[in-house]
Amino acid sequence: MNLTLKVWRQSGPNATGRIETYEAKEIPSEASFLEMLDIVNTGIIKEGGDPIHFDHDCREGICGSCSLAINGVPHSKESGITTCQVHMRKFREGETIWIEPFRARAFPVIKDLMVDRSAFDRIIAAGGYIDVRTGSAPEANSIPIGKEDADEAFDAATCIGCGACVAACKNASAMLFVGAKAAHLNILPQGHPEKDKRVLALVRQMDAEGFGNCTNHYECEAVCPKEISADVISKLNRDYAAAIVREAVAE
Amino acid sequence: MASNASSTPTPNGTLNSAIPEGPLPGKWTQYKAKAKLINPANKRKYSVIVVGSGLAGGAAAATLSELGYQVKCFCYQDSPRRAHSIAAQGGINGAKNYQNDGDSVWRLFYDTIKGGDFRAREANVHRLAEISLQIIDQCVAQGVPFAREYGGALANRSFGGAQVSRTFYARGQTGQQLLIGCYQALEKEIAKGGVKMHTRTEMLDLVVVDGHAKGIVVRDLTTGEITSHAADAVILATGGYGNVFFLSTNAMGCNVTAALRANKRGAYMANPCFTQIHPTCIPVSGDYQSKLTLMSESLRNDGRIWVPKSKEDAAKIRSGTMMAKDIPEEGRDFFLERKYPSFGNLAPRDISSRSAKEVCDEGRGVAKTGLGVFLDFSDAINRLGKEAIKARYGNLFQMYEKIAGEDPYETPMKIYPAVHYTMGGLWVDYNLMSNIAGLHVLGEANFSDHGANRLGASALMQGLADGYFVIPTTLPNYLASQKPGTVTTSAPEFKQIEAEVKERIDQLMNVKGTKTVDSFHRELGMLVWDKCGMARSEAGLKEALAKIPQIREDFWKNVRIPGSPDGTNMELEKAWRVADFIDFAEIMCHDALAREESCGGHFREEYQFTAEDEAVKSGYTNPGEAMRRDDEFAYVSAWEFKGPGVPPVLHKEPLVYEAVELSVRSYK
Ligand SMILES: Cc1cc2nc3c(=O)[nH]c(=O)nc-3n(C[C@H](O)[C@H](O)[C@H](O)COP(=O)(O)OP(=O)(O)OC[C@H]3O[C@@H](n4cnc5c(N)ncnc54)[C@H](O)[C@@H]3O)c2cc1C
Ligand code: FES
Repeated sequence: MNLTLKVWRQSGPNATGRIETYEAKEIPSEASFLEMLDIVNTGIIKEGGDPIHFDHDCREGICGSCSLAINGVPHSKESGITTCQVHMRKFREGETIWIEPFRARAFPVIKDLMVDRSAFDRIIAAGGYIDVRTGSAPEANSIPIGKEDADEAFDAATCIGCGACVAACKNASAMLFVGAKAAHLNILPQGHPEKDKRVLALVRQMDAEGFGNCTNHYECEAVCPKEISADVISKLNRDYAAAIVREAVAE
Repeated sequence: MASNASSTPTPNGTLNSAIPEGPLPGKWTQYKAKAKLINPANKRKYSVIVVGSGLAGGAAAATLSELGYQVKCFCYQDSPRRAHSIAAQGGINGAKNYQNDGDSVWRLFYDTIKGGDFRAREANVHRLAEISLQIIDQCVAQGVPFAREYGGALANRSFGGAQVSRTFYARGQTGQQLLIGCYQALEKEIAKGGVKMHTRTEMLDLVVVDGHAKGIVVRDLTTGEITSHAADAVILATGGYGNVFFLSTNAMGCNVTAALRANKRGAYMANPCFTQIHPTCIPVSGDYQSKLTLMSESLRNDGRIWVPKSKEDAAKIRSGTMMAKDIPEEGRDFFLERKYPSFGNLAPRDISSRSAKEVCDEGRGVAKTGLGVFLDFSDAINRLGKEAIKARYGNLFQMYEKIAGEDPYETPMKIYPAVHYTMGGLWVDYNLMSNIAGLHVLGEANFSDHGANRLGASALMQGLADGYFVIPTTLPNYLASQKPGTVTTSAPEFKQIEAEVKERIDQLMNVKGTKTVDSFHRELGMLVWDKCGMARSEAGLKEALAKIPQIREDFWKNVRIPGSPDGTNMELEKAWRVADFIDFAEIMCHDALAREESCGGHFREEYQFTAEDEAVKSGYTNPGEAMRRDDEFAYVSAWEFKGPGVPPVLHKEPLVYEAVELSVRSYK
């Protein structure tokens, strides 16, 4: 198939970016979206240009590296998948495709379609864990966990930290990401002792990183490649409110 | 019986595996009882470099920091959470015997030794089986959401040819859940200041000072800056080298650079020809293809593998004039069930892969390219219902449909073997230390536990065992002999190697040729897949060894790397890695050529059972099965780098079996 690409090019973090046009010619319809970019890049390199840079690694929808918006939608409009799982057979012959980086104040562009998402790591570092020293764990089956709780925690734990939720939100809020981590760990009995401390730390770090507020539009849920439900946001709000009260009482 | 007999003097020193004395089941306990300790107040004076943030590196970095060491951790991705461990689907073994089905530490040990075709070290494998129990406890405490029964207890499944259910799993994303647990522990330590994390940073060389590994030279992948880091010990946990084959189930960035650089600085490369070809991957569809996707082995629990009995039917399927469902039961060859009646579709990976290759080579393959066999769920769907199958494999079916564009509930999947895992890696002793003092190697990057073939769900176990439990115990043995902080990056060795790294980058940038990096990678990959893949022969390997230097020459004359080295440059990153793969491929082929036997993933066409052999006549094994030659080859091969273009030199660590008896591996 033959397509026209409108791609965001930006040579470095401080450079100004612009949209450039490329012709993607003779793309096999079985190719993946990133393989299509590989083919276009081969052409660019052969003509002496600088290839289009984008983050990617596993190319099977699990590492969370790939981070670009296709026609304005993070990971494309197809639901429940990442960019690397998009296949060309979903496009029409002759189509024009807009390709841009995930955009958010907290995700500065590094080059072309690559962005810096280290804010997510710092949020996890602030409180997204259960503090258990290696070697100090009790026998694994000593804490039974009902299937319902286990399943709910699991659904939240499927987050791959890609940042599509932030990129889709008009406020660039990270509430789905943070809510998912809080839900994963707060639902499990192992996570109960640090529940309040965790939510307060996660939310404070999120604010410090410059993510916006959630105004309940749930664009995040719509683009999440793992289809994490916005219910984790309401749960985060409840857990946070309770933690704030307990913190105030304790002081 | 003296267990240290496995160390063997070589012309260039001693390969001492440092296996503790005493009976096998007590070795690790004894070791721990006698291991050196570092005084808690002194630990913070020691610094350790950990390259890699996957299960092995992440677990090591987090745990060493908890213990008080100053850790620097490196990964090439933008976050430690994206290491390729994330992609593991199927599960992790643990000899908990929760199912009461007869599992034990001993059985896990034995299965791993046998599965590895008797080419792994007993003492390491037994330790691994022991530690498997603690790993599960640790992960659950961290909040890893393993599958559970309705009563709240942990669930298990049987996996990868095991006859007991000892695999713990988290839907189809066990690796992701384990890595997230590990990553969270790592981030916790980063916040506490015990670990300094360097993301988007690639190790390009190892620095050895007076015979001790004391640091690394890295490139910042965002700014292009080359810097050095010094420490009291260096740990490599950089994953496997499957991408030497270009197409594999590994992530795009997986590379052999760290291990190969260490090899060039004196560390021995062990058993590089032991590579694992996984039987259930989505077949290749065209030359634009960048990677292959694994379909979890768990599918073999309910899927039946077959091809048409006749070549004519297979041809019709390939051309699209006939469908799988048009072929009646009598026209189908369920080749694994036929050849291995007691294991059937669950036969080990090496055996299943080779069988698929055989039927395709006979012209009975079903994918367009001829390279594919059916994995058919229709019987299971009829027996259990679509819903039950969906509950078990829903996400895998969905993944297949997205890639292949066919609905596996309606028509059988097509699968073909693909490179998946590498058993070989840097040689390490029982302490997980290489022959360079202070250089430790963990996870898939070392060679230690899986012999010639790895069993399913055992790599995750090994990575976590190495990182959480082995290295924190064994590292002090080395550190105790070192005064902390004696070597800094101002040592001349650092300046020297930094200069060499910069020069090599300049060389790469200055070739200014016409061919892309990928084109060389593809050419190399196809060559080794062909000559050093599922079947190998003396003639083929010699051909590959003649061809690789030509690829190298062409690469250094004609590769084109656009842009500048000062800043993000993905072509430069790839070029460095491919240059290293080219050099590594040579060592791998040398190893395959020198190992004149078939074992596990290493199948030498010259060494297979024929109808004349006693084991075949007695019905114990089939013609065409791998023939080990224990008398001559029960050793670990460890290759020493001897200079560019010079063949590497082989050192041997004999494998001494005290607890198990070597036998012909039969899965009939
Ligand atoms: C698709 C797939 C499915 C699998 N499923 C299973 C399974 O179900 N069960 C099982 O037991 N095993 C499975 N395996 C195998 C298992 O996942 C791996 O062997 C294991 O996770 C490797 O862990 P590791 O920590 O050694 O390396 P990795 O997780 O690969 O980590 C390597 C780390 O090293 C870093 N690195 C590499 N080179 C450099 C460098 N030069 N400089 C700086 N950093 C570097 C990377 O950034 C990364 O952080 C699977 C493998 C694949 C590919
Ligand atoms: S590249 Fe890993 S999720 Fe897309």
